[in-house]
Amino acid sequence: MTSILTNLFDGVAYGMLLFVLACGLAVTLGLMNFVNLAHGAFAMAGGYVCMVLVNRMGWPFFAALPLAFVSAAAIGIALERTLYRHLYARSHLDQVLFTIGLTFMSVAAVDYIQGSSRVFINLPAALQGQFDLFGVGIGRYRLMIIVICGLLTIGLQMVLAKTRFGSRLRAAVDDPRAASGLGINVPQVFAFTFAFGCGLAGLGGALSAEILGLDPYFPLKFMIYFLIVVTVGGSSSITGPFLASLLLGIGDVAGKYYVPKMGPFVIYTMMIVILIWRPNGLFGRTAAR
Amino acid sequence: MFERKLFTQTVSWAAAVAAIAGLAAVAPAKAEDTVKVGLILPMTGGQASTGKQIENAIKLYMQQKGDTVAGKKIEIIVKDDAAIPDKTKTAAQELIVNDKVNFIGGFGVTPAALAAAPLATQAKIPEVVMAAGTSIITERSPYIVRTSFTLAQSSTIIGDWAVKNGIKKVATLTSDYAPGNDALNFFKEHFTAGGGEVVEEVKTPLANPDFAPFLQRMKDAKPDAIFVFVPAGQGGNFMKQYAERGLDKAGIKVIGPGDVTDDDLLNNMGDAVLGTVTAHIYSAAHPSPMNKDFVAAYKKAFGTRPGFMAVSGYDGIHLIYEALKKTNGDTDGTKLIEAMKGQKWESPRGPISIDPETRDIIQNVYIRKVEKVDGELYNVEFATFEAVKDLGKTKK
Repeated sequence: MTSILTNLFDGVAYGMLLFVLACGLAVTLGLMNFVNLAHGAFAMAGGYVCMVLVNRMGWPFFAALPLAFVSAAAIGIALERTLYRHLYARSHLDQVLFTIGLTFMSVAAVDYIQGSSRVFINLPAALQGQFDLFGVGIGRYRLMIIVICGLLTIGLQMVLAKTRFGSRLRAAVDDPRAASGLGINVPQVFAFTFAFGCGLAGLGGALSAEILGLDPYFPLKFMIYFLIVVTVGGSSSITGPFLASLLLGIGDVAGKYYVPKMGPFVIYTMMIVILIWRPNGLFGRTAAR
Repeated sequence: MFERKLFTQTVSWAAAVAAIAGLAAVAPAKAEDTVKVGLILPMTGGQASTGKQIENAIKLYMQQKGDTVAGKKIEIIVKDDAAIPDKTKTAAQELIVNDKVNFIGGFGVTPAALAAAPLATQAKIPEVVMAAGTSIITERSPYIVRTSFTLAQSSTIIGDWAVKNGIKKVATLTSDYAPGNDALNFFKEHFTAGGGEVVEEVKTPLANPDFAPFLQRMKDAKPDAIFVFVPAGQGGNFMKQYAERGLDKAGIKVIGPGDVTDDDLLNNMGDAVLGTVTAHIYSAAHPSPMNKDFVAAYKKAFGTRPGFMAVSGYDGIHLIYEALKKTNGDTDGTKLIEAMKGQKWESPRGPISIDPETRDIIQNVYIRKVEKVDGELYNVEFATFEAVKDLGKTKK
């Protein structure tokens, strides 16, 4: 029984991490209808910024996390203004080719600057190890992930559903022409949203270094996971990818624990079954446009 | 009329081009007094640290010993294959056909070494394997020699050692690819032959480094130790999550071949790795004067510690130098490979030699424990198994 709960806990933490890593992609892909395969590159940027701040400059881990967010967002907004915005109106194939090229460039650049070996971020002692709660092993670091990611999800949902910005964004997505007619600065809204998505990826990259490992191949290695989360969750809301991440995280951990011989196939099997059952993802709606 | 003119023009252009090409082909004939060594290494990609270590070590060797042997100047040509066998093959072809190299060397992973094997046989030039570690490699061409190690060498030794040192129940965690399976099978064979029991066997996918569920399974199986083989890059992740889950406090030790505590990464792994016992061919802390000089020179030149890959590269180029000395600079591939057989020398890792029958390396395997020395983590050797042959071949 306790091992079931420990696995459940690990699965939730893994799922939450997947969510923070992937939800920026859900925003660009789902809300902005832009295929950004370079999403993982922003996650990697956040991870490396955090590593340099903590390991080389001696910043505390918790102070470096916001900066991982900010720097990835800053890179995001710079690239959005200079490169991405020219591709909004282009075909999906153009977008795929462009962003995958960007991914390879980021891999080569980081490899050149930081070297290809895997790096680790020095964690404060308070985040290391496990404690026992009624016989269930709770990893401190994983608990922190659940807390941070949980708060983020609630905040994100609030922003999208309750705020003025949220309604502007939804309007800009559903009908850009009508939205700009109503005085909404659509390019600005998109740029801000894109940067925010990149920032989330950067934060996810910093948080995931401990669990997934951080090296220059990060964007390529985990691209498939981001895409699975968004496809399974459906890309029209935040709740969809959130539940999908949890489901896949728990499924993946449980699969590896109970049927280790199946290895990574559990997550793919789940994806296939869900997509046969609901081709637009768990919470997909048929596209409005 | 017009067409005929075009035809003559084309022909004369072609003739001119052919003449220039002919001249170019004649020119390198003078280059008889250089010996070319083509290195095929993963300089990018997940195995790049292997490539860099080998390249560094070869540079260091040539700085120390000069770049002429037996009156010949040694020229090194490095090609990056990113550890992808298709690229290895193309690179080997280019090196052999265009650059007319006298040796090919390097090879970060087993499939890469195998991809080049038929070309070495065909061209009759020595293929010096400086990294890849599955047993079968040297059996694939009579022109292959190896200066690294085989997984059988270290895995059998740690299996024997564990069962004699109070470790009775072991859970294994190995990466699901050829070297991982080699490590697992050789370990299991020796460990169970000595009366040990494997209580849990998990193969982890290469692409997924979150070890949490696998480690939880290990913890619940309550073994005396976990036998681990993961590619060098993942060793750090493994050790961190091992500590996170409290397996160290549950008294479950870590044992394995030495890849998991590669000197390259060991220092970043944190104190959880203290006490890990591995069997391997080289430690930067190997207490010989030669190794002390080697480590100091390497650190001075490149700013990092040399790992076992660096030593394999250092010995690889040494073997090439010695073979040329023995043939008096004759670059006939068959003579060179003969000259390599049975070579014996002192390496930074200790005494080594090339088995004349299998062309594989014979070397000491050391049992080491991770300890803190002057504030840094090192694999400190405490037992030696001398002149270990590759056990993967004796069964044939």
